Amino acid sequence: MTIVENLRFLGHRIVNAVWRIGFASRFFILILFYSGTSFRRFQLTIKELFSSGVMSLIIILVAGTFVGMVLGLQGYETLKRYGSESALGSLVALSLVRELGPVLAALLFASRAGSAMTAEIGLMKATEQISAMEMMAINPIARVVAPRFWAGVISMPLLSALFSAMGVFGGYVVGVVLIGVDQGSFWSQMQAGVDFKHDIVNGMIKSFVFGVAVTAIALFEGYDAPPTAEGVSGATTRTVVESSLTILFLDFILTAFMFQGE
Amino acid sequence: MSSQALVEIRDVNFAYDSRPILKGVNLTFPKGKVIAVMGGSGCGKTTLLQLIGGALKPSSGYVKVDGQVIHELDHKGLYHMRRRMGMLFQFGALFTDMSVYDNVAFQMREHTDLPEEIIRDLVLMKLNAVGLRGTHNLMPAELSGGMARRVALARTVALDPMLIMYDEPFAGLDPISLTVVGNLIRSLNDALGATSVVVTHDVQESLKIVDYIYFIADGVVVAEGTPAEISSSDKPFVHQFVHGEMDGPVPFHYPSSNYEQDLNLRPGR
Amino acid sequence: MKRTTLDLWVGIFVVAGLAALAVLALKVGNLSTYNMSETYQLQAHFSNIGGLKPQASIKSSGVLVGRVAQISLDPERYEAKVTMTIDKRYQFPKDTFANIMTSGLLGEQYIGLIPGGDEAFLKAGDEIKKTQSAVVLEDLISRFLYSKAEDSKQPNK
Ligand SMILES: Nc1ncnc2c1ncn2[C@@H]1O[C@H](COP(=O)(O)OP(=O)(O)OP(=O)(O)O)[C@@H](O)[C@H]1O
Ligand SMILES: [Mg+2]
Repeated sequence: MTIVENLRFLGHRIVNAVWRIGFASRFFILILFYSGTSFRRFQLTIKELFSSGVMSLIIILVAGTFVGMVLGLQGYETLKRYGSESALGSLVALSLVRELGPVLAALLFASRAGSAMTAEIGLMKATEQISAMEMMAINPIARVVAPRFWAGVISMPLLSALFSAMGVFGGYVVGVVLIGVDQGSFWSQMQAGVDFKHDIVNGMIKSFVFGVAVTAIALFEGYDAPPTAEGVSGATTRTVVESSLTILFLDFILTAFMFQGE
Repeated sequence: MSSQALVEIRDVNFAYDSRPILKGVNLTFPKGKVIAVMGGSGCGKTTLLQLIGGALKPSSGYVKVDGQVIHELDHKGLYHMRRRMGMLFQFGALFTDMSVYDNVAFQMREHTDLPEEIIRDLVLMKLNAVGLRGTHNLMPAELSGGMARRVALARTVALDPMLIMYDEPFAGLDPISLTVVGNLIRSLNDALGATSVVVTHDVQESLKIVDYIYFIADGVVVAEGTPAEISSSDKPFVHQFVHGEMDGPVPFHYPSSNYEQDLNLRPGR
Repeated sequence: MKRTTLDLWVGIFVVAGLAALAVLALKVGNLSTYNMSETYQLQAHFSNIGGLKPQASIKSSGVLVGRVAQISLDPERYEAKVTMTIDKRYQFPKDTFANIMTSGLLGEQYIGLIPGGDEAFLKAGDEIKKTQSAVVLEDLISRFLYSKAEDSKQPNK
């Protein structure tokens, strides 16, 4: 009896999950299909660029600097043992540009801007603003969802570049200014170690993919949220959890593709 | 009914999941008239408006607006039809991230190429009509419930629609605004040559302004008639509703199991 | 359409982001030393490349002159075939010596080019004939241990 019940419960969950995935895919296709408005009336996207990009600036800049400083400190302690302190610049820059920049910036973006997007869309739905728009013959996906999507996709690589640049600066402050690693070798080792195509471009591709994933998840969760206070708060939590896991998973996949055979 | 019908609702059945809400309702809204739809809370009035607007699909029967069956229209046709409809939502549904001004201007900007100066004049005219011209710089969060509803009303008629649907326009209004809004619905309808549907509980106010009244209960139309016919009706149902009596054929309770059982009282004690 | 302060902020954001990207490309990365159109390729065979990787530097007298483009195993000679991309500004004599070296004791491996005295220069696609393989640490250690053992055997006899 209980086994049957459990099985039924499990089956229910699985069917529901598949259903949701199907709905999410259709939603994603619809966003792309109705993206014309976001570019024809770029003002709409600019408004969202402000709330997702500009509003995330502070946290990204501060976090980037501190992560770079920690990298400088830890990297120095480790490299010192092998007498290769001069490689500090290359270590700091490579870790930031390849991994930490895109991944940490995306995680911060998910909890700063992604959750806000979910809550906003969810509340618009709960207060019938989405239905009202539909009744006015205005497609809410084109008017409300797609501009937010593109704003997120444009913001993410820029934020990640800012994060990495601030991180390098933080590493420089700790390594060169505070600890006293030779300035010339810091920069030259960095330049010798970081390849533009192999490291920087790949890092940017990563953050672009993360941007697509985070905003798509955030918008979908908002759109799919039950129109109640608990529904919206649950959806906000799910956005942060799901996008964080997705970022880390995608990072693994992309890293395996980009840096294999080395 | 005499003149041409703008909206025809024929044998419409509708159910949420498996719970039937409407069971074969027939309504006709003639062009140029103001029609009231009344009924107890939860009897499916909002649902009916959503069927007219194409947000829901009847499980059988059809809704015809201006000669076209709503649920047979494609996306484009439906959006085209909706441009000529205005709907006032039960809770206003103002866009919370825009000012009052932008809310009213929203459809004009989306659907027309009017220059900003003309939009400005139109918006202020609409706001003036609901007595809220002074609020155009406020955000919806800064309005009271009744004010928000009046702004929503101004937004509903922003593009001078041919069919205006009001879901509870009188809820939460003080007696003065109530009379103003009632008269406004009437005068807007006549000025625009539109057709209006007013979903309401406010019998007294609607008797003053509407041309025809439908009563819905248990998913069917139980009574209809002009205000004069309704006021003098001696049908127990209508009588109860018009005079706001507690006892009568309209149940106050949502269908549920036996009250005494729910409270763990043994029946028949 | 009016310009708003919002536009200004978004503009600052976009410019700052692009500037950060430019800093990454030029200051942190090696885009400034990329001259893709002005390079030529050389080849060399090594019996053992040790830990050499694609993108490793190629230096002459310590100056970066190019990068390793590709590494593969020559199926006929059973030797590693290394393709190098060299900056056009630098020409090397035919008898240049290519040497796999290590920066520091455990650092990255790179190819050092030691020019010979030939009058003729290597052209694009040419092969550097004189090469020396990587010094593999395990080999060194075992050779050292072996000679130690030899040494200790001798006096016993
Ligand atoms: N999304 C929904 N899913 C399931 N049931 C619903 C949904 N919306 C409404 N209902 C049910 O349908 C019935 C009719 O709802 P509707 O909103 O049309 O009532 P109403 O006549 O407008 O009531 P009121 O006067 O209180 O606004 C109610 O019993 C309600 O429980
Ligand atoms: Mg209702």
